Amino acid sequence: MTTVEQPPIGFGRMHRKEDARFVRGRGTYVDDVVLPGMLYGAVLRSPFAHARIVSIDTAAAQAHPRVKAVITGQTLEGLKLAWMPTLSQDTQAVLATDKVRFQGQEVAFVVAEDRYAARDALELIDVEYEPLPAVVDARRALDPDAPVIRDDKEGQADNHIFDWGAGDEAATDAVFASAEVVVAQDVLYPRVHPAPLETCGAVADFDAVTGKLTIWCNTQAPHAHRTVYALVAGLPEHKIRVISPDVGGGFGNKVPIYPGYVCAIVGSIVTGKPVKWMEDRSENLMSTGFARDYHMRGEVAATRDGRIRALRVKVVADHGAFNGTAQPTKFPAGFFHVFTGSYDVEAAYCGVTGVYTNKAPGGVAYACSFRITEAAYLIERMIDVLAYDLDMDPAQLRMKNLLKPEQFPYPSPTGWEYDSGDYPRALSLALEMAGYEELRAEQAARRASGSDGPLMGIGISFFTEAVGAGPRKHMDILGLGMADGAELRVHPTGKAVLRISVQSQGQGHETTYAQIVAEELGIPPDDVDVVHGDTDQTPFGLGTYGSRSTPVSGAATAVVARKVRERARQVASAMLEVDPGDLEWEKGRWYVRGDQGQGRTIQEIALAAHSSLELPDGVEGHLDATTVYNPPNLTFPFGAYICVVDVDPGTGQVKVRRFVAVDDCGVRINPMIVEGQVHGGLADGIGMALMELIAFDEDGNCLGASFMDYLLPTSMECPSWELGETVTPSPHHPIGAKGVGESATVGSPAAVVNAVMDALKPYGVRHADMPLTPAHVWRAIQGRPLRTDLAIT
Amino acid sequence: MKITVTVNGDERTADVEPRLLLVHFLRDTLGLTGTHWGCDTSNCGVCVVWLDGKPVKSCTVLAVMADGHTVRTVEGLADGATLDPVQQGFVRCHGLQCGFCTPGMMMTARWLLDHNPDPSEDEIREAISGQACRCTGYENIVRSVRWAASHEREVAPR
Repeated sequence: MTTVEQPPIGFGRMHRKEDARFVRGRGTYVDDVVLPGMLYGAVLRSPFAHARIVSIDTAAAQAHPRVKAVITGQTLEGLKLAWMPTLSQDTQAVLATDKVRFQGQEVAFVVAEDRYAARDALELIDVEYEPLPAVVDARRALDPDAPVIRDDKEGQADNHIFDWGAGDEAATDAVFASAEVVVAQDVLYPRVHPAPLETCGAVADFDAVTGKLTIWCNTQAPHAHRTVYALVAGLPEHKIRVISPDVGGGFGNKVPIYPGYVCAIVGSIVTGKPVKWMEDRSENLMSTGFARDYHMRGEVAATRDGRIRALRVKVVADHGAFNGTAQPTKFPAGFFHVFTGSYDVEAAYCGVTGVYTNKAPGGVAYACSFRITEAAYLIERMIDVLAYDLDMDPAQLRMKNLLKPEQFPYPSPTGWEYDSGDYPRALSLALEMAGYEELRAEQAARRASGSDGPLMGIGISFFTEAVGAGPRKHMDILGLGMADGAELRVHPTGKAVLRISVQSQGQGHETTYAQIVAEELGIPPDDVDVVHGDTDQTPFGLGTYGSRSTPVSGAATAVVARKVRERARQVASAMLEVDPGDLEWEKGRWYVRGDQGQGRTIQEIALAAHSSLELPDGVEGHLDATTVYNPPNLTFPFGAYICVVDVDPGTGQVKVRRFVAVDDCGVRINPMIVEGQVHGGLADGIGMALMELIAFDEDGNCLGASFMDYLLPTSMECPSWELGETVTPSPHHPIGAKGVGESATVGSPAAVVNAVMDALKPYGVRHADMPLTPAHVWRAIQGRPLRTDLAIT
Repeated sequence: MKITVTVNGDERTADVEPRLLLVHFLRDTLGLTGTHWGCDTSNCGVCVVWLDGKPVKSCTVLAVMADGHTVRTVEGLADGATLDPVQQGFVRCHGLQCGFCTPGMMMTARWLLDHNPDPSEDEIREAISGQACRCTGYENIVRSVRWAASHEREVAPR
């Protein structure tokens, strides 16, 4: 029987405060919001990947008795809203005016009395298209004869978006020129989708009398959305209130602003009524932020005995038709340049070229920590390719090259400063938990037996994450620095309200943030209410993604609680009639140094702070504080993962037998919640490695646009996870905690793929791209691996 | 057309279009928003409720098909203020995060335990295999159901 100990205060395993409403069906998700007079919107989408719009006839839809408005790109042009800015300083069509650029693109918006009528009316809109050739293969996007997708942009004569590089190219080339061994491998991280179980949606309510726009929207970044709406719609920011209620999973899918939100706002302005827009699953998969789609060529320079000397990577990044990736402004390839991973190398360089294709926009999503999924997958695949070529054990090869604890803080060759780490300890623990030597012996015995039973594979992945964006000097989104605010009020009776700028989508913030306050102030977590998601009620900040909540907002919470603690010291000194300098803190109480019995609890102090007690000059009374936390650096959690698979050589079916995951995220605020985060991320790894794919045919038809084709792992594909932990605190973080939410998604796919490649080693298979479906594995065994991203191979 | 459905013990009557899905009848017509809607191809199972004592995906049932029948939803799981052991198990074993799949998962788990009071891990995994969860990696859902099974056998031996 599993039970969870409930500590009275502070860090530790504590059941979630959120659960009480969720297990009763009493959560409030956006589609649960019903306002008086509310109407329903639906989006008409393009059947073509690339086509000129000749005409749009909305007369029949407008004549539908239950339809209140039909909005087209032409309507929006009049409001200067046909295009909107993206989080990457590009533009994106809200409703297409000139042509459509991906299948599923938004073309018209209908507002009707209910959701069924809205869908009916979509059928009545007649759009005439003139189809154009589609750009589907990112590696052909810059061919001279490739059709130009973004002919709306002045000066855009091809499909090139950006070139970006990091590291020392000349130094890297020099090492490669003198290296004993060079291995190279093309590695595709195919397009996948975060697919939160709750799709994207909004209820927009514009009040013409007050001029106030309220938007209920399941966004991960409500404050950033508010600012962008102000910029896009020209509305004053204090007249916009974004409320992100309970969110049914985000996984990065709910960071960007989607055309549906803008259409709902316009629909509300036009009709004078609240308008709900809720997309369905195929719309979510076809048109909202995808993830990955990096075509990478990795190279490793090494010595013959397996010492890694340099790394070189070239990437073609498929960004779809509009550059809508969400990442800090100065980093168009996110944090991909942490691709040197956990290894001590002399030099490294990466060059990334972003291109337009006729696909949905996105790229940064699905727990990627701004492209670190791609970086970690590449390096961990390349290590195994090197091990394959040198015929070395991949665990030994890693151990030989891992950074050592004494090297931290470690300046990486591409410009990072890793905060802390004890990598050999984590890898040793994972190897021990897995029984690595015994597994290798079992594998050798199976191979030697010559049986035609399942092929056994063992895969390792050791990753370093970089989370907690970030220092505002280097990191901003659309000019908004990536700091986060926090506000804490202690009521007269000692109960507290914490207001934060980040927005949970299931990560348990309402519980863990109360635990941070409890740890710092000694107020029990149940006495601390955590308010988030409402921009009228919470301080400004950039929201939850990139595992940044604990590193940035968690730090802000500790800092604001310490400010309150200092105020409490002043009040206590007045109560006890001693100098503040003579007071000592123990959890929940200030007492007189040398006289433990003379003290006041935080609850007593709270009451006194609101009373008629005379306070020294400059002490305002009440017990509250605000802060803005600007992190000095990111946090760098790490982990060692080992996956064991059995592969049926006759069918190519992969069965994940075991998965061992050792994570180190520094101090664990609530180990129960950390473990749940890791479990979820490991399932993502199984999904991406074995099942999930958004593919396209040569016409640009999206082939992963429903759960019939876009396969999510179920309880049957996931093994029972085996978790371990080490604790290496972040030295710069107020409570020593690092982010962790995305670690498992970042680290696990390589472990699964490395395991399958290890199983196929007797067949001479060095690499095959994800997802390793039975057909793909079977083809690889036959020596004919597929290219997985296109249906035309 | 006019239909009468017994939902969580209450008779509910409404005039609905024949094409209305049961999930929308529960959510939009009756305001029982604990049941969710997550896909359009009957795969995800966040809409699972009981129809005449059996779990069904309510996105794949017409409301008119429930006319004269009984439906049980997540709102009918607790006995007043006392949570069902399955609900308690999900809280104690951290079997939920965003909470979106939770109502459907719990309805299936309740049905499983009514018919198999001591399910193995494999039996639990198979029972929930028609339902996706994006947050938990399933591990703690299995543990939650196991907890409920052990707990209710202790409380009321069968």
